Amino acid sequence: MSHGAGAADLHHEERPELQHHFETPEQQFESGKFGMWVFLATEILLFGGLFCAYAVYRALHPEVFVYASLFLDRVLGGINTLVLICSSFTMAWGVRAAQLGQRRLLIVLLGLTILGGLGFMGIKYVEYEHKWKAGLLWGTHYRSQADGHALHHGDAGTEGHGVAPDGHAEPDGHASEPGAAAEQAAPDPRAGLPPAAAAALPPTVPVPEGRTFGDGENASLIPPAAVGPVGVRPPEPAEDDDDLARRLRNEPRNVHLFFGIYFTMTGLHALHVIVGMILIGYVMARAIRGDFGPRYFTPVDIVGLYWHLVDLIWIFLFPLLYLIE
Amino acid sequence: MTPDHASHADAHVHVVPMKVLVGVWLALVLLTVVTVAASWVDFGHLIGEPWLNLAGALGIAVIKGSLVVLYFMHLRYENPFHGFVLMIALAFVALLIGITLLDAETVQPNLIPDYAPALEAPAAPPGDAPPAP
Repeated sequence: MSHGAGAADLHHEERPELQHHFETPEQQFESGKFGMWVFLATEILLFGGLFCAYAVYRALHPEVFVYASLFLDRVLGGINTLVLICSSFTMAWGVRAAQLGQRRLLIVLLGLTILGGLGFMGIKYVEYEHKWKAGLLWGTHYRSQADGHALHHGDAGTEGHGVAPDGHAEPDGHASEPGAAAEQAAPDPRAGLPPAAAAALPPTVPVPEGRTFGDGENASLIPPAAVGPVGVRPPEPAEDDDDLARRLRNEPRNVHLFFGIYFTMTGLHALHVIVGMILIGYVMARAIRGDFGPRYFTPVDIVGLYWHLVDLIWIFLFPLLYLIE
Repeated sequence: MTPDHASHADAHVHVVPMKVLVGVWLALVLLTVVTVAASWVDFGHLIGEPWLNLAGALGIAVIKGSLVVLYFMHLRYENPFHGFVLMIALAFVALLIGITLLDAETVQPNLIPDYAPALEAPAAPPGDAPPAP
């Protein structure tokens, strides 16, 4: 600890913010900052565990990450990065304003920082809502994206009615045999689909009216899967088929795990953004009351450190989640 | 962008010059634009180095993170012990990820056959070895 000799002659009476268990304001400031850095270290370890899960899963299943990256908008993510960087800048400037006793400027800058946090959360909400509607979710909530519905805005609500295979529409045992599969061609799954989604589907052979699939209580008029039974490659794409539709159809297994990681990491980060905004609001209220000046600005500094850490973590989350391939 | 080591009434107060703050902010914005733009370039197809995309994006993130830590978080002007605390945390994260990755790459392909297509599966699991003649 670098204790200056100059501050030792200050008495507690002159410094109302100096707690009785500290000798000098400087000691108090240093202790507060040191405590904050230790806390930030634990935050880094907390996120480190999630980054570890990410690293292991990406190393073992790069194909899942490449596929899932089709559904992340890097422009929106980039804008969010810029928003957070700008709010980090206003926060750093705010600390400077507090140090220089510029009370009005400090209040304005803290307000701008909160606005930045709100803007970040707003964009995050747009992204989350799209993923929620398109079924780009964790675990069993994930919906197959092979028909490309997530990339066609406005289609999101109409999916899932016999087109996207969900839990119960899984093909039964004999349908996965190639021979049986050839006979079990589905009725035209394009019926009622928007042209863009229909174009993403492979060609199919019509089946007789009243044909059922599966047996026993699982029997259904709905064909087992849009792209053919499990284990059978989809037919060769038509000539006008585009690269994106082909990539969408070649859906790897367990894409839902990417979205589990995505929502855990961005969700925990978003929680930190919300906590940060509340803390900045508290500091702002104290700044309005006139608590801070060149001699005492520790809360501004420490909340600033927290806000910068939130920014720092996003700086790493962004390329890892949005800039795959 | 030299640090301002002017002495203040309170020795612990270091005011970061406005020029430095604005410079760091502009650098962060520029690097963000660069990293997004570079993500559309496929270095795998371009020069046969697909790892460049990930390494480049992470390298830019490290530069951006360093700028934030050194200037916005004042670490450059601060008690070096705080930097030490940060480095310890980062070192343990690196240990965690590094050692876990080493372990995952050895164990996982054996656990679930054909489950990690990116990894070369062992030639034959010990149990399935053909009986010796």
